[in-house]
Amino acid sequence: MRTSRPARAGQYTALLAYLVFLAFPFLWLVSTAFKPPRELGSLHPTWIPDDPTLANFRQAFDEQPLLHAALNSLLAALAAAVIAVLIATPMAYVVARRRTRLAKAVTGWVVVSQAFPFVLLIIPLFLVLKNLRLINSVPGLVLVYVVWALPFALWMLAGYVRAVPPELEEAAAVDGAGRVRTLVSVTAPLLAPGIVATGLFAFITAWNEFFFALVLLKTPEKQTLPVVLTHFIGAEGVADLGPLAAAAFLATLPSLVVFALIQRRITGGMLTGAVKS
Amino acid sequence: MRARLLALALLLLLAGCSSGGTRDDGRITLRFQSLAWQEESVEANKALVREWNATHPDVRVEYVQGSWDSVHDQLLTAFEGGEAPDIIHDASDDLADFAYGGYLADLTDLLPARLKSDVPQRSWETTTFGDGIYGVPFLQEPRVLIANAKWLKRSGVRIPTPEKPWSWDEFRRITEQLSGRGKYGIAWPLKEPVSATLNLSLSTGGQLFHRGADGKVTVRFEAADQVVPRTIHAQAGTDRSASPTTLGSGGSDTLPGFFGGRYAMVPLGFSYRQQIVQQAPKGFDWQVLPAPAGAGGLTQGVSPQTLSVAEDSPHKKEAAAFIDFLLRPQNMVRLALGDWMLPTGDRALNDPALRTPEHGWSTGTALAAHLRPAPAQTVRGYPEWKDKVATPALQEYYSGAIGIRELRQRLEEDGNLVLARYQR
Repeated sequence: MRTSRPARAGQYTALLAYLVFLAFPFLWLVSTAFKPPRELGSLHPTWIPDDPTLANFRQAFDEQPLLHAALNSLLAALAAAVIAVLIATPMAYVVARRRTRLAKAVTGWVVVSQAFPFVLLIIPLFLVLKNLRLINSVPGLVLVYVVWALPFALWMLAGYVRAVPPELEEAAAVDGAGRVRTLVSVTAPLLAPGIVATGLFAFITAWNEFFFALVLLKTPEKQTLPVVLTHFIGAEGVADLGPLAAAAFLATLPSLVVFALIQRRITGGMLTGAVKS
Repeated sequence: MRARLLALALLLLLAGCSSGGTRDDGRITLRFQSLAWQEESVEANKALVREWNATHPDVRVEYVQGSWDSVHDQLLTAFEGGEAPDIIHDASDDLADFAYGGYLADLTDLLPARLKSDVPQRSWETTTFGDGIYGVPFLQEPRVLIANAKWLKRSGVRIPTPEKPWSWDEFRRITEQLSGRGKYGIAWPLKEPVSATLNLSLSTGGQLFHRGADGKVTVRFEAADQVVPRTIHAQAGTDRSASPTTLGSGGSDTLPGFFGGRYAMVPLGFSYRQQIVQQAPKGFDWQVLPAPAGAGGLTQGVSPQTLSVAEDSPHKKEAAAFIDFLLRPQNMVRLALGDWMLPTGDRALNDPALRTPEHGWSTGTALAAHLRPAPAQTVRGYPEWKDKVATPALQEYYSGAIGIRELRQRLEEDGNLVLARYQR
């Protein structure tokens, strides 16, 4: 079915409007990061700074250990993403393929776990981690992030597993492939986009996470980027806007880079036409 | 194989970043969590820590950066887990629950006489809960009027001074006189209307919270409590001398309009001067004026910044000694200059650096003697009363949605129900 020209124009206009809506805060952030204080207080702000400056970046780096915090964030987010995916992938396979009571229970657990607000969990979690001597340590934080991301990662991956037709695995078995060979050579490659998407989800969740990091990490050299960013905010919510924007802009870059690098892997339609139905 | 290598690398990575223990070499290490956030203030705090460490090799202080944004939740969890910093920077209105909860050390016998006598009694009242002192109040800020000096001069209105401030009536007349043609005499940033209203109402003799003989607190919204809200309501509604759009804004949000000549004055905390110095266009002439006075004179409520010691700290004496060092008069001046606030200590307040007319410092220091504990800060249940009752009621009143009668009814009837739950 061909879409008429006006309808197509409408679609593109809507898409453009949506893109502008999404991009506006980021572009404003970039613009603010390069503005001197006097332009920040202007009644008629401009998109392009009249007198662009790097002073906000200098000040942000001088005042706070941004690089170190970024490294901590990167470490925690990468570790959390890799571990979550490693654990969630086999679990998701079992949940999706074996229609047992356990699978249903797991799905129920996933839904229930999403309903808990984390303020409810933080004090017991803090005490448990303290007994394990994992307070104020990045591994402790990684553990929390993995547990936090796991239910949704599992749920998400189970969906991807269900989309892989069992007939493909059966065909491999008919051709003489063993269980492991089937999983490694047939299922795993088809699951790659799902694994990448799940890993990305876990990475971004951990990269942006604030509250657990705030509560669990005490010393400045362990703090992650979102916690350090709040140091630019003072009493009654007054912010040191220029350096905050500069630091926040830098904090968004790794997510963008990671996404840009692996987005090509998240391709749909790989299974289209794989089996006749 | 690749998966195994990846797992191994991950384990090594995690092992490499696990926390290290403190070496037991007989030296004491204290953790000082500071909430300083402005460049000059962070630098002043860090420099003082460096100076302490250079002269006290046996008691090392580690500077830990906290954040105003999340300090309450973070401290609560740290206290519950027994992992709180030894020296805690906070504000007096955040201390009540921690003090009553037994998380903070009573400093009564830990502080030296010098510090006790340097900080006036009215300031100590902000950190006294029951019989104990749970923090040292050290920085505070009055609410002042930041004015467009040229505009006021051109209009010919009388310029108030701490000796001869405006009355609330005169203030209302003048803002009306300054308004017109899309411009406003004043822009009230009332995103947080409760503390602004309550603290300024001390100037008109307002009290709002009344403690009975049985020690229980009730809310009574009487004539003296109504002067400030009525003035703001009239300016925004009847006189059109206050910008209606800033009623829901924070202080910083009003600055572009102020610099752009849309508002003649903005009532802001004293420390906002730092932002004004940074952001004002070149040649913009501004001045600091005292807030209007009423039956209570220039009195205002404040919740000073405080330094406390954690009850769990094994080195309370050393922590108190560090606080004493940090708050020596000359050091208090450095902290005050860094934060653009007023020190509580009498000797620091007399320092010439804080008496200069430049950037309105002298106007601020002249107001210091009029600052009193914020009315609400020892009232248990105040945070809930503020969030659930007072904030929405005042916002609706200022925007014209409800009248003074309904405001009174909600503050008193709904408010007392909330407070009663905390005082059973």
